[in-house]
Amino acid sequence: MSGKTLYQKVWETHEVRKLESGQSQLFIDLHLIHEVTSPQAFGMLRELGLGVAMPKRTFATVDHIVPTDSRQEPFADPLAQTMIEELRKNTRDFGIELFDIGSGKQGIVHVVGPEEGLTQPGFTIVCGDSHTSTHGAFGAVAFGIGTTQVRDVLATQTVAMPRLKVRRINVKGELQPGVTAKDVILHVIRTLGVKGGQGYAYEYGGPVIEKMSMEERMTVCNMSIEGGARVGYVNPDETTFAFLKGRPYAPAEDEWEAALTRWRGLASDPDAGYDDVVEINGSEIAPYVTWGINPGQAITVEEAVPDPEKVPEEEKELVREALEYMKLEPGKPILGQRIDVAFVGSCTNGRLSDLRQAARVVRSMGGRVAPGVRAIVVPGSEQVARQAEAEGLDRIFRDAGFEWRYAGCSMCLAMNPDKLVGDEISISSSNRNFKGRQGSPRGRTMLASPAMVTAAALAGEVVDVRQVLGVKA
Amino acid sequence: METIKKIRGRAVVIPGDEIDTDRIVPARYLKAVTFDGLGEALFYDERYDARGKPKDHPLNRPEHRGASVMVVGAGFGSGSSREHAPQAIKRAGFKAIIGESFAEIFFGNATQLGLACVTLDPEDLGVLAEWVRANADGEVEIDLEAGEVRFGERVAPLKIPEAAREALLSGRWDPLAELLESAAAVRRMDEKLPRPGRPGGYR
Ligand code: SF4
Repeated sequence: MSGKTLYQKVWETHEVRKLESGQSQLFIDLHLIHEVTSPQAFGMLRELGLGVAMPKRTFATVDHIVPTDSRQEPFADPLAQTMIEELRKNTRDFGIELFDIGSGKQGIVHVVGPEEGLTQPGFTIVCGDSHTSTHGAFGAVAFGIGTTQVRDVLATQTVAMPRLKVRRINVKGELQPGVTAKDVILHVIRTLGVKGGQGYAYEYGGPVIEKMSMEERMTVCNMSIEGGARVGYVNPDETTFAFLKGRPYAPAEDEWEAALTRWRGLASDPDAGYDDVVEINGSEIAPYVTWGINPGQAITVEEAVPDPEKVPEEEKELVREALEYMKLEPGKPILGQRIDVAFVGSCTNGRLSDLRQAARVVRSMGGRVAPGVRAIVVPGSEQVARQAEAEGLDRIFRDAGFEWRYAGCSMCLAMNPDKLVGDEISISSSNRNFKGRQGSPRGRTMLASPAMVTAAALAGEVVDVRQVLGVKA
Repeated sequence: METIKKIRGRAVVIPGDEIDTDRIVPARYLKAVTFDGLGEALFYDERYDARGKPKDHPLNRPEHRGASVMVVGAGFGSGSSREHAPQAIKRAGFKAIIGESFAEIFFGNATQLGLACVTLDPEDLGVLAEWVRANADGEVEIDLEAGEVRFGERVAPLKIPEAAREALLSGRWDPLAELLESAAAVRRMDEKLPRPGRPGGYR
């Protein structure tokens, strides 16, 4: 008998029953909602005459559409105002707690959940957003769902789901200075492919992951979905527990000890059986930049943009399409690629440690944002903003010519006024470089770590952040 | 609920692999509190230029107007979990998508809407795409019971995960009714499992 994985343990305690289709009905501990994918679900609920089954297991915030340059209501975009009003009304009508603008708790849903201690080990967590995998950093089973499923969870606190296989990803060795969690996950996606994770939950482990802070683990789990895996998680350990202690919604007082005991039993057993195991050598990872139109099209800053003539036959077409869209020259080093826009933020890299990372680069490089470059820093939540301001990070950014914004998703998906214009090229700490993702149908995106983004903002072109920081051997 | 056993209709080919949901429905069309009118937004940036003038896109060609079967490549629907993508496809009149493979969340979302997503092996898919291009007024039949896609003289075996096939055939593609049946068991689970918040339950 082999042992169990965390995924298996959580599944077994949350499976209500098998449905006729062969899927399982899964109980959801925590449901997070935001203004973009929930209004239609509430609409369906009302149409069916149903209520919200367990409103106290649902929490709401606004992030996708909120303007980040001004908090003045009504917003310039009347549709944004309507969507936020709708969420206010829905949460009021059904007794759901809303972390509204100005509450001190508003922010990107995947930043807010952990920050408030809502995200806990062993929880099943869903949200109408594919980056819900972020919460897996705490040893939760967390995944994105569609709006009809948001309706299902509101109405029943359960969802119909097929059970996934589990792939263990061991990141061995030690990260080199200047290499970040973002580089690790871009490396994993490049290695396993953007579809490699289909049908799998990714369990990240090994010395590199164990050494990571919670914020770094969140960055890794966040982008699981970009590798095709709907779920990504890390077994909870002392780092996890230390992060949660004292958070507003985490267990407290006599509940804390009981929670610790429960959480300690959750990690995958040493003899757990995995459907697949992959070894990654962390020591070999260098800072990454994407050159194409999916997050798997990534190279280290030392490499050159691929040449469609030199890649395997089956990749030729994809490479050609990507280069044509990106207007990049085949075979040319990515180093020195000029940029128009730099964006630090998003649920991947909009946390305090990311902003510190960026500020450190500003401090060591000195100088200002390169002429002609638009650079914005968007904190992931009001709390991140407050802490950053308390540390004076906002001043560092502003003095160097960055715009310092209010919390939200901003230029990650450009549903608010923060958009690329025409065929501008951006370097962005977000998670998607799809065609048109940053608001202009011809806009181009290169994904990288906050440190690399900041260095590029100051240099006006892609540079190796390790050189800037003086850590390159 | 409506059982879905056979789908028959004219088809259109959307070429390319890894077509993500940002391309299927650009983010600005997510700014609405209902899904109404989303059919219009389908592939908007690929169908129209900046001034709203139609470009040469399969969906704009008159011979494909009224098509109800979409033929796509590999990895269709990757990216965001926005249900707007399958909603737009459904609202534009499509009942089925035939491709090489689908992204997981997209597949689940589509199935819940009764939009059948089936896969063919790459060779059959290539033949189908050729055939559709040459026979815009020909009909493609997807037979979920027999597990076949038929067009012209050809019969190709289709693949679809058993759970999805079962759901469509039995008319239980929208699982809500079934989920509601277990309300009592769910309540017991709620009592047993920890909740976000302080001792004594919620804050
Ligand atoms: S920051 Fe980007 S990826 Fe994250 S929730 Fe917002 S829009 Fe989605």
